Amino acid sequence: MRSVAELDNLQKEVQSKLEKQAEQAQLIIGMGTCGISAGAKDILTALETELEERELEVIVKKTGCIGLCEKEPLVDVKLPGETRVTYGNLSVEDARRLISEHLENGNIVRDLVVAKMEE
Amino acid sequence: MATNEENIPSYQDLDFYKSQRRLALANCGFIDPESIEDYIASDGYQALSKVLTEMKPQEVIDEVKESGLRGRGGGGFPTGMKWQFAYDASGDKKYIICNADEGDPGAFMDRGLLEGDPHSILEGMIIGGYAIGADEGYIYIRAEYPLAIKRLEKAITAAEEKGLLGEDIFGSGFNFKLQIKAGAGAFVCGEETGLMASIEGERGMPTPRPPFPANKGLWDKPSNINNVETFANIPIIIREGAASFKELGTEDSSGTKVFALTGMIENTGLAEVEMGTTMREIIFGIGGGIQDDKEFKAVQIGGPSGGCLPDEKLDLPIDYDSLIEAGAMMGSGGLVVMDENSCMVDVARFFLNFVQSESCGKCTPCREGTRRMLEILNRITQGEGEEEDLELLRTLAESVKKLSLCGLGKTAPNPVLSTLRYFEDEYEAHIKNDECPGGVCQNLLPGYIIDYEKCIGCTYCIDACPIDVVDGRLEEIHEINEEDCNACGACEPECPVDAIIQKNYIEHFPQYRHLLEEDEEEVEA
Amino acid sequence: MKLTINGEKLEATEGQTILEVAQENGIDIPNLCYSPELKPEGACRMCVVDIEGVADPVTACTTEVSAGMVVETETPSLKKMRKVLVELMLANHDVECLTCDKAGDCKLQDYAYRYSVKKVRFEGEKTEFKGIKDDNPFFIRDNRKCILCYKCVNLCKQVQGEASINLENRGFDTRVTTAFDLPLEEINCQFCGLCVNECPTGALMEKSALRKARNWELKKGSTICPYCGVGCELELNIDENDQIVKVTTNSDNVNRGQTCVKGKFGLDFVNSEERLTKPLIKEEGRFREASWEEALDKVADNFGRIRDEFGGDATAALSSAKCTNEENYLMQKFMRAVMGTNSVDHCARL
Repeated sequence: MRSVAELDNLQKEVQSKLEKQAEQAQLIIGMGTCGISAGAKDILTALETELEERELEVIVKKTGCIGLCEKEPLVDVKLPGETRVTYGNLSVEDARRLISEHLENGNIVRDLVVAKMEE
Repeated sequence: MATNEENIPSYQDLDFYKSQRRLALANCGFIDPESIEDYIASDGYQALSKVLTEMKPQEVIDEVKESGLRGRGGGGFPTGMKWQFAYDASGDKKYIICNADEGDPGAFMDRGLLEGDPHSILEGMIIGGYAIGADEGYIYIRAEYPLAIKRLEKAITAAEEKGLLGEDIFGSGFNFKLQIKAGAGAFVCGEETGLMASIEGERGMPTPRPPFPANKGLWDKPSNINNVETFANIPIIIREGAASFKELGTEDSSGTKVFALTGMIENTGLAEVEMGTTMREIIFGIGGGIQDDKEFKAVQIGGPSGGCLPDEKLDLPIDYDSLIEAGAMMGSGGLVVMDENSCMVDVARFFLNFVQSESCGKCTPCREGTRRMLEILNRITQGEGEEEDLELLRTLAESVKKLSLCGLGKTAPNPVLSTLRYFEDEYEAHIKNDECPGGVCQNLLPGYIIDYEKCIGCTYCIDACPIDVVDGRLEEIHEINEEDCNACGACEPECPVDAIIQKNYIEHFPQYRHLLEEDEEEVEA
Repeated sequence: MKLTINGEKLEATEGQTILEVAQENGIDIPNLCYSPELKPEGACRMCVVDIEGVADPVTACTTEVSAGMVVETETPSLKKMRKVLVELMLANHDVECLTCDKAGDCKLQDYAYRYSVKKVRFEGEKTEFKGIKDDNPFFIRDNRKCILCYKCVNLCKQVQGEASINLENRGFDTRVTTAFDLPLEEINCQFCGLCVNECPTGALMEKSALRKARNWELKKGSTICPYCGVGCELELNIDENDQIVKVTTNSDNVNRGQTCVKGKFGLDFVNSEERLTKPLIKEEGRFREASWEEALDKVADNFGRIRDEFGGDATAALSSAKCTNEENYLMQKFMRAVMGTNSVDHCARL
């Protein structure tokens, strides 16, 4: 990084990339130590296999701890143009439901939901 | 596609988030911690570019001073002033060090930050390095945080690739490199002189101060050590300005503080609140209160160096100075909540056991004194405490506090002193009445007896007893040898006719009166 | 600069510690881990003092003086705290002062007396050790009497540069030992004995002195080490039978308390029965006792004969580092002026 302009350009470039990504469906999974110890790795594998089997083009994003360690493992579903919804205390089976019910059919899985994230 | 969004609470409605003010944690849970691009997209490294291209080192220090930021690792020393000392120290080589040796039981704030937003710490450190004139930095992190180490390593490599670490950053002529040193798990290495000894490859033992690290630190060069959360706050202060940071919090403790909520609380997790928020708000608001609707008894704040505060201190606005006044300390921000079923003597014993086994062994009061204090607490929790023990405990606590060489020893007696201050009645109940009010201390729990009117002689309890103190044969009435019974309770659920009762229940229920009378007859005989 | 200690107005120079200034002026501040040869360790905490305007006591060994400082070294509260410290050390100490060879020369014992520790209030578990370590010919190591002042460890590292010993374990289980607990003879120990000299308690003791005499029965005699040209000052500890029981040194002498293994542990020849006390003359392959007069005459006769017959250069002289400078001077003078040769040498030249 040799100048401020270089950083600003990179920022703009990355931001527009992220905006493009937002046009696609996203799964966001909490992969801090709290999430992993609650089973996030198994859930991640399950989500990835499920997506592959159903041939879905979805961005799977890993993040750190959002604070709600109590409710880990946490997975958020964000459909293009819609509110990001957080699900918690998930089992592998639950995670598959997120894909079949919310991701594919747009129905919020009410019994697993923690909250929605309004901008 | 229509989603059925109605009636789903939004984050702002959740008790857990309602009164939080997420500043240092802002990116955690939102960005991919392994992607420098994600960080840059959310204004990452903008503060660094501003510092390196527009500000002189002294201006950076002044900005930090003005923000009122105080060390988030425990002591609460003003960060700007610390930087000033290191800046003023003469020397051509200086170091900046991040203390990520988070060792308090129940604390995981730094882990959350390091795993969730590692670049913010890097950015804070590079800014700090520029401010004090250091071209090299160390992150001292405990080896028990492998994920955090992995993410830091990735972050450092990414920053190097982007030229944010290395030579001539932003064309300013400023060079800076960073390396990670994994600690071997000694709590005392979180003490700054012990930490530096450990980086140097020496046994992790603190050394007397002065000389202070600002003058003679790592490899005898001027050094500055800050905590993870402190560094995470730096880019925010530079980006948003000292004034907006100062607006948050209280007069003497500005900004926010991340707390790790654990213990018998509904919502465990990481919460960041404005300084000055009350303990009640954190525990009953954000934390959702006590599990299973039990009564709150105490909150342990500040780890082994902190203290236990009772319900009358719940409305205390949390800041550095009010906590010290109440006999606790901010520490790194671990909050362990205890309910009515906790024994405060046992809690003190737990923390003392921790510090005495983590004592480095250098100075006499900490090495010997904490062991003697632990022995006294062991005696009390085992029902062998004497009335003089409290006096001895106080004498030792005062001596260890005043005489110890480093912060570990100086604060080691705090859990004892604070429980003695607020829960002396519990100590007395153990010593004078052989009772443990929290029902925790095994030796003081009332044993069990068998109701001879109900017993059918099935021998289930005999089989269940792990220490073989139940006598009897099949189809004969069984009897528990009361003197040897250690009240483990293993027999009680096994009895098919509910004939086994804890002794302290007898006097409260008329249906057991026959057992009571027999007890008295025996005494008379 | 000026400062006040216990009401006395004293003069000090910048950079001095409170302890140094106090010692210069005859004020005795208790200390166990301090040595003028070492970087201040601040471990034992015995030297705590009160400074006016400072809330908590500070250690005198680590605190530098400043102008106008007002220090108190023996207030009631300091005495109380030192008493607790001594009690804590005694609680984890093999208290056998009645038969301990260190008794009378033991700082822990002195401080127990000074702060009238009659009974230890904090009795409890003691750190476990497997008895006394007897792994070398010179001294024993008794960890049960070690109070972990770390002087031995620091002297070995900072003064001798050997670092043969260091600490093992943490907290209450800390102890001084060698790498992998190997016997001292198998590691880099030079047996200089500095650690033994400086040990404040009976944890390190010369084997030669065990069960020989109480410390107060010993006469002390100062001498120069007879071994080499360095000329270390030694203090002989002599019992009532004029036997050297042990050799010690003082840190204020020319060798600053240091010796090598020979000076510290090699003086047992002084009392050896095999030591020659009369000259011997060899005749027909056998030695016979002679008087000094006869022996010197014989040497002089033969020296003269050789010089006259073969010239002075047929002789050479090699003198010993055990001799004094004066003796060595005389030797070369004799060779040049009397024998007529420049062939002189000295073992310390090697």
